[in-house]
Amino acid sequence: MRTLLAAAASNGTARTLTIILFLLFVAATLAITVWASRQTKTATDFYAGGRSFSGFQNGMAIGGDYMSAASFLGIAGMIALYGYDGFLYSIGFLVAWLVALMLVAELLRNSGKYTMADVLAFRMRQRPVRTAAAVSTITVSIFYLLAQMVGAGALVALLLGIREGTTFLGMDADTAKVATIILVGALMIIYVTVGGMKGTTYVQIVKAFLLMGGALLMTVLVLAHYKFNLSALLGDAAAASGKGEQFLGPGLRYGVEVPGDALQTFYNKVDLLSLGIALVLGTAGLPHILIRFYTVPTAKAARKSVLWAIGIIGVFYLFTLALGFGAAALVGSQAIIEQDKAGNTAAPQLAQALGTDLLGGEVGGAALLAIIAAVAFATILAVVAGLTLASSSSLAHDFYASVIKDGQATEQQEVRVARISAFVIGAVSIVLAIYAQNLNVAFLVALAFAVAASGNLPAILYSLFWPRFNTSGALWAIYGGLISAVVLVFFSPVVSGSSSAMFPNHDWQWFPLSNPGIISIPLGFLCGWIGTLLSREKNAEKYAELEVRALTGAGAH
Amino acid sequence: MSTNTSPAAPVLGDGGETAIHSERYLSVQNSEEFAKLRTALRRFVFPMTVAFFLWYALYVILSAYARGFMSVKVAGHINIALIFGLLQFVSTFLIAWFYSRYAGRTLDPVADRIRGELENGGGGR
Repeated sequence: MRTLLAAAASNGTARTLTIILFLLFVAATLAITVWASRQTKTATDFYAGGRSFSGFQNGMAIGGDYMSAASFLGIAGMIALYGYDGFLYSIGFLVAWLVALMLVAELLRNSGKYTMADVLAFRMRQRPVRTAAAVSTITVSIFYLLAQMVGAGALVALLLGIREGTTFLGMDADTAKVATIILVGALMIIYVTVGGMKGTTYVQIVKAFLLMGGALLMTVLVLAHYKFNLSALLGDAAAASGKGEQFLGPGLRYGVEVPGDALQTFYNKVDLLSLGIALVLGTAGLPHILIRFYTVPTAKAARKSVLWAIGIIGVFYLFTLALGFGAAALVGSQAIIEQDKAGNTAAPQLAQALGTDLLGGEVGGAALLAIIAAVAFATILAVVAGLTLASSSSLAHDFYASVIKDGQATEQQEVRVARISAFVIGAVSIVLAIYAQNLNVAFLVALAFAVAASGNLPAILYSLFWPRFNTSGALWAIYGGLISAVVLVFFSPVVSGSSSAMFPNHDWQWFPLSNPGIISIPLGFLCGWIGTLLSREKNAEKYAELEVRALTGAGAH
Repeated sequence: MSTNTSPAAPVLGDGGETAIHSERYLSVQNSEEFAKLRTALRRFVFPMTVAFFLWYALYVILSAYARGFMSVKVAGHINIALIFGLLQFVSTFLIAWFYSRYAGRTLDPVADRIRGELENGGGGR
């Protein structure tokens, strides 16, 4: 009884401390945002942070943009509950950066200006290609945004310990969820409309340092607990998982073997391959990542920023390995599942356990829990701001300025529209997230990667490397990849026809895989090829300009 | 399209942009030096992309279909699956470092020279 009371008291302390730390982060980032707004005068400032960031700064910001709550809490939780497969998932996220490094970052930086469409439409007819690029950018960003915001709502209730039947500041768990979604949405709108790319970049840099610091601290504590013996940590985790050595190998979460059902086993394994391909090829087609390459002055700086990003992201996933297995060993899957079935609270729970054991009892536990919970909030905010910026940039620069105004809009008009777009996209996302808050939308992150890999990547690669590529090919690639990925997922078991689906009580499922990539990515490339051959359009002069600019940086913005 | 070699109507927008006549892009694209740069880039990045993709695919395929092999213990509780996964980190870091060294030594000097010629006259002025 006494320990229960003490735990409740320390939860109260942790909650207060979490809120204080979170408010500190919000205050600091808002101050940065206001400062950044004073430095934001031109369209280049708003869209690309004045191209004034160094490779190191941008590398950190890329890390801050990329390592979402799904990475931090999701992968740690997946390792804690399913062991090795969580690690397998994180590897796809890392290896993907080689595509961005070698094939996309520098060439895009040299030939584009503000958005992905600048490169896609370079030698094409502007209106149709920019419309397609804007549609794809907004679709990918909104999917990703929704997953983050719904996740944020659920997390806050968990991290603040608001359970069914209890209240916090007069809010029950459901009200707190809605309040969080609105708060997160309002903050991201402020970061983007006020601070533009500069403000957003600094928010992401600060978040990257906080996240790396928090993850490093916990990793060191976990390893210290095991006297830096990795094998002992793994052994303990396997024993505590109740699954034994199986926990340390692949197969508990992905590519699950269903006894007596050879067909389902086959589908599960193909699904794993499909996921792997989408993760590796998706990153270099994510618009919110691509626009980060415009924030540095040169292609060399873009290269350097990807190198820093690979470093920070790689080290971070190595940390999550320790965090996930640490949570499995020191918290235990039972206690984790009790808090959250998906394991999203494994990392915060581990923080509490580590703090209690190693940093001085209940107070230490509450303090470390609060730090990690605040880091998780910061993580969500930085990612959603990047997504909002990417979609509003595309709406203003691609759709408004080029399609509606036919390239006749002034800089001021464009930036004003970008700000309004950020507000509208933010508001729409808030409404959608509130509507979707009780649906299982975790699959939307994988879907965003699949769309990026199926539609955007073929269009980008063909644009940069294939002289014959043309308007028709670009439209076929983008729409073909986008539509096939979305349609296949719509008829997949993650949307209907299974107990864990978005709509568990309906069943229109016929596509057996949760991840469409293995079909939709080749289809996107094929569509781009067919579409190109169907049209006679070919602009040798513009391709010469694109290629020379992309490879040498001549005439770069 | 004008026929002289002076820059066409400058399309200076937000600064930093140099107006370069489109014919000059064509002649640079057809130059031997540029062809060398293109080949040097593609000769590195295409095979390397294929290589790391196959290496990663091998890892995922083994994770799906060769679980017995992946579970073989090497030292204590450390099994082949873990080592294979960590090797993906190592290979990613190595390829990134290798590429940046190659780009810095082989690609950048040529690219800089061509850009310099294009932007600072090179017959244009």
